[in-house]
Amino acid sequence: MINVRNIKKTFGPKIAVNGISFEVEKGEVLGFLGPNGAGKSTTMRMITGFIPPSGGEITIGKFKMNDQPIEAKRLIGYLPENAPSYADMTVLGFLNFAAELRGLQGDARKRAVGRAVEMCFLETVLHQSVETLSKGYRHRTCFAQSIVHDPEVLVLDEPTDGLDPNQKYEVRTLIRRMGEKKAIIFSTHILEEVEAVCSRAIIIDRGKIVANGTPRDLKQRSEHAGAVTLRLLDGSAAAVKGTIDGISSVDRTVVISESPLTVRAYPRKNTSSDDLSRALGEAALRERWQLQELHIEEGRLDEVFRNITLPDTAAAAKEASK
Amino acid sequence: MSTASFSPIKTIAKRELSGYFSSPVAFVFIVIFLLLAGFFTFMVAGFFERGEANLSAFFVWHPWLYLFLVPAVGMRMWSEERRLGTIELLLTMPVTPWQAIVGKFLASWAVVALALALTLPIVITVNYLGNPDNGVIFAGYLGSLLMAGAYLAISAMTSAMTRNQVVSFILAVVLSLFLILAGYPPVTNMLVQWANPLVVDGIAAFSVMTHFESIQKGVIDSRDVIYFLSVIVFALFTTGVILRAHRAG
Ligand SMILES: Nc1ncnc2c1ncn2[C@@H]1O[C@H](COP(=O)(O)OP(=O)(O)O)[C@@H](O)[C@H]1O
Ligand SMILES: [Mg+2]
Repeated sequence: MINVRNIKKTFGPKIAVNGISFEVEKGEVLGFLGPNGAGKSTTMRMITGFIPPSGGEITIGKFKMNDQPIEAKRLIGYLPENAPSYADMTVLGFLNFAAELRGLQGDARKRAVGRAVEMCFLETVLHQSVETLSKGYRHRTCFAQSIVHDPEVLVLDEPTDGLDPNQKYEVRTLIRRMGEKKAIIFSTHILEEVEAVCSRAIIIDRGKIVANGTPRDLKQRSEHAGAVTLRLLDGSAAAVKGTIDGISSVDRTVVISESPLTVRAYPRKNTSSDDLSRALGEAALRERWQLQELHIEEGRLDEVFRNITLPDTAAAAKEASK
Repeated sequence: MSTASFSPIKTIAKRELSGYFSSPVAFVFIVIFLLLAGFFTFMVAGFFERGEANLSAFFVWHPWLYLFLVPAVGMRMWSEERRLGTIELLLTMPVTPWQAIVGKFLASWAVVALALALTLPIVITVNYLGNPDNGVIFAGYLGSLLMAGAYLAISAMTSAMTRNQVVSFILAVVLSLFLILAGYPPVTNMLVQWANPLVVDGIAAFSVMTHFESIQKGVIDSRDVIYFLSVIVFALFTTGVILRAHRAG
């Protein structure tokens, strides 16, 4: 549904997006991750046809954004960053306006607006003007606008930004549900969100894709991924560490805490985590450890994120040293 | 052109109009326009004392009234969209930029047209008091409306340049003032002492004053109408260029 080929965007001397390519099919929810200033919003603005790319090509459905912008835009629903809306309109007026611009008229428009209102829980504020709404409601009003025409493609720029935890949960549920039938891209810097909602994630940094895969794949890039953690009711740290270090499939062992005794063992290269955990299980039986917990680490997204993207300050230093 | 391309224009114009009337902008404009028009016509120009059955004492002030009032109506047209970020919503809808530009322009023009329509009692008054040439009066209204359209298109253009309404207002006033002065007799009379009269006439041909006064005489010359329409088309076209340049970064 969404095909992005090698798009670039420069603002004067600044390169905001530097050759990004990916595809999103129906039934996929693509999470767009990256530190602030990575180029997420700029990429989304190009996909939705708000700003023209400096290079590359965007195709929505079978329409090239460059050649048939109107046809392409018809297929898209867009929630821009900060969820803008016309402050002087009522929620209902605003949604009617959006529906009308989407070519919905009469009963069809009424039904479409009613559905969007219901999905975004806006019934109670329908006749209130947007400027009097709380941030959460304003956000959902703009969200409702993006789904009013039941688009095949949804582009959501930080859809949960500024919402309280309950609202965040609702919006995530909504995205996941809609993701079954639509092609969705959404950006965020909340990592749990990616795991909760996305079928695939892309991490971008300084205008380039630095990782692309399912949340599981990405997590496996974490240095803890594949390690096995044990928690014991009793036993001495030194003795346990010594025993584990003696196992052939163990590369090294780290004592994470003394009480309760928690130890993490990292597998040697070419050893699977399953083999490692089996060996550790056998050792536990042999040594009669009071095992409370034994699990294989899945890896942590935030760690991966930190490792492959540079924080603002480091990025700035790197730029300066060029 | 299909009717489909007009429907977004209508939707956008309708939204703009509701924006004008849900804020004080339209009311303030209309009330101040009517008050000032009345004040200048009756107190300053001495409409009744003149004893003439025409509205020249009324229309003569319009270029100056519009100079400040029309940019006040138009200043928010695009700057507000940019400030709120709604321009990103509007231009990612399946509408072309020119549909948005025209829709917004027509809505603001309708506000001015409404204000002008509310001055109709003065037409009734002159008809009651004397025997005016209503053709000349109609031409006066047409010229006034076209002139307001030209100012509005210029305001649209300046509002696309900035997200700040005050800056947009000042730029529009300065540009409009220039269009007035280029053909304002006190200025042209002064210029004639310095420059070739042909050059002065050439510059004056670009002035709203020249064309407005010409229409005021009661002859609707196509050249005057075309002049105003060209200013409108040119300024709206430039609005589109500015918006595109702004998006391209
Ligand atoms: N209109 C613009 N003019 C100049 N620079 C811009 C513009 N928009 C974005 N940028 C720059 O491009 C980079 C990427 O920005 P953005 O896409 O907003 O990042 P993100 O959404 O990932 O936080 C930033 O360094 C930002 O300053
Ligand atoms: Mg952003």
